[in-house]
Amino acid sequence: MSALLMAMGERARELGIPFNVHLDLTYRCNEKCVHCYLDHHDHGELTTAEIKNLLKEMAEAGVFILTLSGGEIFLRKDFFEILEVARELTFCVKLKTNAVLIREAQAARLGELGVQSLQVSIYSHRPEVHDSITKLPGSLKRSIAAIRLLKAQGLKVTIANVLMRSNMQDIYGVRALAKELGVECTLDPAVSPMLDGDRSILALNTDESVLREIIHDPSFTPNVEEFCAPPAPASEESMDAFPCSAGHNACYISPYGEFYPCVAFPLSCGNVRQQRFIDIWRNSEQLKEVRSIRLRDLSGCSQCVHGATCTRCPGMAFLEGNMRGPSTADCEKSYARTGIASKNLLAKKDKPSPLRLVQIQLVPAIMGSRLTGIGASAS
Amino acid sequence: MIKPLYLARSRRIAARKLGEEILVMSARGSTLFTLNPTATILWQAADGATPLERIVESKICSEYEVNPEQALLDAESLVEDLAKHGILLISEKPIAESSGYGEERP
Repeated sequence: MSALLMAMGERARELGIPFNVHLDLTYRCNEKCVHCYLDHHDHGELTTAEIKNLLKEMAEAGVFILTLSGGEIFLRKDFFEILEVARELTFCVKLKTNAVLIREAQAARLGELGVQSLQVSIYSHRPEVHDSITKLPGSLKRSIAAIRLLKAQGLKVTIANVLMRSNMQDIYGVRALAKELGVECTLDPAVSPMLDGDRSILALNTDESVLREIIHDPSFTPNVEEFCAPPAPASEESMDAFPCSAGHNACYISPYGEFYPCVAFPLSCGNVRQQRFIDIWRNSEQLKEVRSIRLRDLSGCSQCVHGATCTRCPGMAFLEGNMRGPSTADCEKSYARTGIASKNLLAKKDKPSPLRLVQIQLVPAIMGSRLTGIGASAS
Repeated sequence: MIKPLYLARSRRIAARKLGEEILVMSARGSTLFTLNPTATILWQAADGATPLERIVESKICSEYEVNPEQALLDAESLVEDLAKHGILLISEKPIAESSGYGEERP
């Protein structure tokens, strides 16, 4: 993100403007990814008219960046009708898709409509690995073909990968594929719990040693020394900082109109079917509570050595049971980064915990992989 | 005689008013701009039908104490610059409302 865009986001926060909205158009999907946090059944999606009205309300409220995601957005038959309205309302539109349904005509229309960027999910450069994660035969081939079409339209594309046991050997292969395609590549280091709180898919995560190896790899972390340094004590200023943009200048709307602070923070603040978007943004008691959270109020994290530098996600903490509590996934990232256990991890270590069962999968070996051999370890 | 210059907002941009500023992102290169008060006036008046000279006369000279000839020269330079970045379309003929997607300077 450019410095100017960050500055504008901060200005929006000061003005109380919802600068950045993530709108999921559907949870239906043509892929059935093993790590997906969504229930793919349709429980009554917003209609075309409801979405058009919502877009108008959001434009009036000052929303600038609009991320349209799902589910798979191209499964909505009215997708281009929605996108046309969004662009007429001059949103900066970003799309998240698996791109499987994008052919030449769709790519050309996306180019005409001036979409700012697309994020395409790719989990491996090898069809047998990618397609086994998406459960859709031929999906890698189709996604790659679509990326080439999008690039030919001059569109900005980013490949989004998620680190799991089943694809950890392929992270360098995906990066090489991105380079060949002339696109950016991101790696999410962990699977998220399902939005209904089910944490069983976390078993797909790699163990800490893999995460540590990747974080300490200068090709993934340009400033390893600084990033992985022991944490500095929290300053007075950092104690009063708010944790992230969720509810401050950003929010999320589900396909059913539910309003959350963030896609990863399923705290219902209202429903755009019952209330105007701006009324929820301004008056929701839940959002006011989210906005009130400061590091100094967090019972455990405020005294933790990682307090000032932790990437603690309040949504993950909420899914763990307390939005003012720690997010263990972020504690684990801090540990992988610095080798220093958080207050929360130390407390967990002192308590007897149920045996963590991890499914051990046979990972096809790659000659020369820097991660070969790690796949057999279990924690 | 100087030919009239018409300007219209490109439809390939993203834009939103943020406080007193207008934030504009061009699709080309995803470059982000904030418009100063003069650029904001020109942006808001860029309907494709009103010549720049009339916009300067009615929206800028009436608002600021400036020499009209100098104001027009400055405005021409500014709209040229905005057109180079794909934010405005400029033409010596009126610009139809449907124009804008994918078009550069006509």
